[in-house]
Amino acid sequence: MSNYLKVSLSPHIHSKDDTGKLMKGVIIALIPALIASVYYFGLGAIIVTLTSVAACVVFEYAIQKYLLKGPVTITDGSAVVTGLLLAFNVPSNLPVLIIILGALVSIGIGKMSFGGLGNNPFNPALVGRVFLLISFPVQMTTWPVPSGFKTGYADAVTGATPLGIIKEGLRNGETIPQLMNQVPDHMQLFYGYMGGSMGEVAAAALILGLIYMLFRKIITWHIPVSIIVTIAIFTGILWLINPSQYADPLFHLLTGGVMLGAIFMATDYVTSPMVPKAMLIYGAGIGILTVVIRIFGAYPEGVSFAILIMNAFVPLMNAYIKPGRFGKEVKNG
Amino acid sequence: MLKTFPTGGVHPPENKLTAGCKIEILPPPKSVVIPVSQHLGAPAVPVVNKGDKVLAGQLIAKAAGFISANIHSSVSGKVLKIDSHTDTSGYKQTAIFIDVEGDEWVPEIVNGSDPVKEIKLSPEEIVQKCLDSGIVGLGGATFPTHVKLKVPAGKKCDLLIINGVECEPFLTSDHRLMLEKGEEIITGTRIIMKALGVEKAVIGVENNKQDAISLLERLAGKNGDISVQALKVKYPQGGEKQLIKAVTGREVPSGKLPLDVGVIVQNAGTAYAVYEAVQKNKPLVERVVTVTGKTLSRPGNYLVRIGTPVSALIEAAGGLPDNAVKIISGGPMMGKAIGNTQVPVVKGMSGLVVFSGGETERKQYGPCIRCSKCISVCPMGLEPYLLMALSQKVLYEKAGENRITDCIECGSCSFICPAYRPLLDYIRLGKSAVVKMKREKSMK
Amino acid sequence: MGHTVLLTVISLGSVGLVAALILYFISQKFKVYEDPRIDQIQEALPGANCGGCGFTGCRNFAEALVKADTLDGLNCPVGGASLMTDVAKILGKEAVAADPLVAVVRCQGSYEHRPRTSVYDGVKECSAAHYLYGGETDCHYGCLGYGDCVRACNFDAMYMDEKTGLPVIIDEKCVACGACVRACPRDIIELRKKAKKDRKIFVSCVNCDKGGPARKACRVACIACNKCYNVCEFDAITIKDNLAYIDSFKCTFCRKCVVECPTNAIIETNFPPRKVKAETVEEEKKE
Repeated sequence: MSNYLKVSLSPHIHSKDDTGKLMKGVIIALIPALIASVYYFGLGAIIVTLTSVAACVVFEYAIQKYLLKGPVTITDGSAVVTGLLLAFNVPSNLPVLIIILGALVSIGIGKMSFGGLGNNPFNPALVGRVFLLISFPVQMTTWPVPSGFKTGYADAVTGATPLGIIKEGLRNGETIPQLMNQVPDHMQLFYGYMGGSMGEVAAAALILGLIYMLFRKIITWHIPVSIIVTIAIFTGILWLINPSQYADPLFHLLTGGVMLGAIFMATDYVTSPMVPKAMLIYGAGIGILTVVIRIFGAYPEGVSFAILIMNAFVPLMNAYIKPGRFGKEVKNG
Repeated sequence: MLKTFPTGGVHPPENKLTAGCKIEILPPPKSVVIPVSQHLGAPAVPVVNKGDKVLAGQLIAKAAGFISANIHSSVSGKVLKIDSHTDTSGYKQTAIFIDVEGDEWVPEIVNGSDPVKEIKLSPEEIVQKCLDSGIVGLGGATFPTHVKLKVPAGKKCDLLIINGVECEPFLTSDHRLMLEKGEEIITGTRIIMKALGVEKAVIGVENNKQDAISLLERLAGKNGDISVQALKVKYPQGGEKQLIKAVTGREVPSGKLPLDVGVIVQNAGTAYAVYEAVQKNKPLVERVVTVTGKTLSRPGNYLVRIGTPVSALIEAAGGLPDNAVKIISGGPMMGKAIGNTQVPVVKGMSGLVVFSGGETERKQYGPCIRCSKCISVCPMGLEPYLLMALSQKVLYEKAGENRITDCIECGSCSFICPAYRPLLDYIRLGKSAVVKMKREKSMK
Repeated sequence: MGHTVLLTVISLGSVGLVAALILYFISQKFKVYEDPRIDQIQEALPGANCGGCGFTGCRNFAEALVKADTLDGLNCPVGGASLMTDVAKILGKEAVAADPLVAVVRCQGSYEHRPRTSVYDGVKECSAAHYLYGGETDCHYGCLGYGDCVRACNFDAMYMDEKTGLPVIIDEKCVACGACVRACPRDIIELRKKAKKDRKIFVSCVNCDKGGPARKACRVACIACNKCYNVCEFDAITIKDNLAYIDSFKCTFCRKCVVECPTNAIIETNFPPRKVKAETVEEEKKE
């Protein structure tokens, strides 16, 4: 057969970028944040990450091979990304079994039950995270306090997240200027010196990842920028109205996983809109919902919920928001 | 800031291996096969019979209807037979087989390279000459030129754009033609301008052909009637609508023609062919074909007679390498793969690209990960992922609503798709079905 | 305690009653009259929604049946004559007998018979390959072998034979809905009259090339030699565009043409073995 010429429809060349390479790009972009969390939370971060990634890959393999009896596609790296993101969204001292359960929910319910890669309406890592948050509220909100690299795992020194401190304090009648003394200052927040989920703390490292992904053209700027701008504007207005009740915009941006959510969670290919216009609306929706949940809701932080809620609107946006068609309007100039 | 079109586009590796190779003249082969359908529109009707003696440049098949083109013999010799032969379309078409004897030309044809600048013919005569000489668009679409030069009543044309973009990777035939026949192309442009009655012409050239830009700028002179516009390199800039947008900022409305925004686009090669027809009386019987590929030993640009088998061209370029897996007529983005090397050179063949194993592999495709890259590269602002899904599910009605007929089949979506999905394959199927559906509806 | 129970019963009961009354009046007001026979007929139809009758789905067909003046031309190929008699009974009309049909694949261009001349490397769908070019062989009319017809079949009546690369129709399961006929981009599959014991005689080729090229491309191609045409006593055979065609409504299954065909392009199936063995093709290898 090899003597014959091959015939196929054009185009006959390909850009050489494939799904696996894009996923590897995302993984590379996550590395700075991973290093940061290992620096802050020590061995726990490594254990959580390894467990989560391994569990996700194993579950995907097992489901594809034994349950669906179809081709196994773990080599495309999407399960690794889900595993990493799940790990980034939990505290670094979370017991291993709980992580494995989270991975099972992420991959089994969040992804494979909808038909695997490309078909899941909700971000799998967030499905896992929210499941754990509701099922194990104590473990999921016991945040280790960053204290440089250490070898202990389930560390005894725990504390609340900055947003938790603010929420609690406001409830007790304290004002923002008073509370600001109890939380790390903005520079510390930027570098990630605070309690929180292991991957969400280091804004600087996450932004490094964003720059890499934009440079490699893995994602476009639309979603992260619209989320960040919306949150900044919304909290900024509230802050200008009453600085004693509402924290400043920069504080909101640097805490509670806004950076992780805006850069890595909301930009997940499968669960974000296809058209730039829709991406901006999606981002704005996430921003508004996040602030509403944070300030008026029961939970101190709301990025995960906001993203999941907006995920649900993505099919609707894809159906009704169309790209700017060429030749739509007659322009003569 | 260089001009370009705003929406979408990709940057495939240019691989212009033959940009520095002078055009070589290939002698006529032993026999030629000239298909009667080398253009858009109705196939021409043969006017010679088996056994007839023909001269090079002699009419052998006559245009059937307005949208059709004359076919001339590219060689002198005897008509062997009129039979079917597989051409670049991949199907058998009627073709005229001619055995070559000597190289005698029809006496009226001036064979010589001294440029003739003075345009003697009137606009009507120019259009008639194009019709007589069987000139078609040489960029690949092969639309009969005389149809394009006749501006219908009620329409106004104020600008001629000469397409010297050549955005397809590998191909260099237009580039070489502009370098070596610049004078003729400029005169050809003036001839087309006269036929159309326009005062201004712009030659659009991508910035990777600096030498051609500066040469044409010098040759165009300071009259101001012809200007050269350098364009930022981006595929598919050579698409008619993209080029118009890049050069003028005008946007051809969906389903309309360039003329609706007052523009006519002609390929640089066509301008040369028009020059040859009008000034030298020479019908379209030969063209420049780029024969290229990383594994060919002597890739180059060749001036060949229409009807020459592809095998002769590849032989001239050093022979088909053992590991060759695919031969493409045209460029790698929009060209058509051919199944055997006996396919003849036709008017629309701008190049032959030979690919060896690995270079052109089609991988097993995965699920759509909804990365939206196809949307961001689509120069027409369509949603290729959606159109493919709709075509697969035979939801043609919906595909039509999502403007599947706007697709220019540039292949950017399939090129970029990280899951290797054959987006354009399915879109083509859907598009042809929708076009058919629309035609049936309008018939009712 | 009893007081509470009573109150609950009364309040819930009255809510229910009011709701029932509202629903009743609304259903009366917006009632659409529909011929009850439509439902009856739909019940009788197979419900496969295959489109074999030419209507989109069984419901539409039922509506058309009720509306129609005569049943002429309306036929459910799946249910056949017995179903149509039932339908006619419901409608009180005369059943018009339609001949049962069966699909046949008119191509024998197996890997063995048709040499490959190129390799198709695109989407494995006949429609895409057909759009692109003549196919992997020099026969530009024959089966492409990517199974669009098999995927179109709703009745599991088709499969691809891996040895030949051609689709095979299982006669017992074929209901002649025509889905495969519509799916085939090359019009290879034809619905022919179903004969006794599923006997079939047909020209299994659609190549419109002249004899020479056709034969070169495929060893069992029809070369339009006219032999079958000359031998047929029943005017069942026509030759058009270099291709013979046997009308299944005129054919009497005399089998004379089968013997005559020099390339074995005419095939017979489900016949008892012949007494005298017909001399088969002289294995001439011209090339």
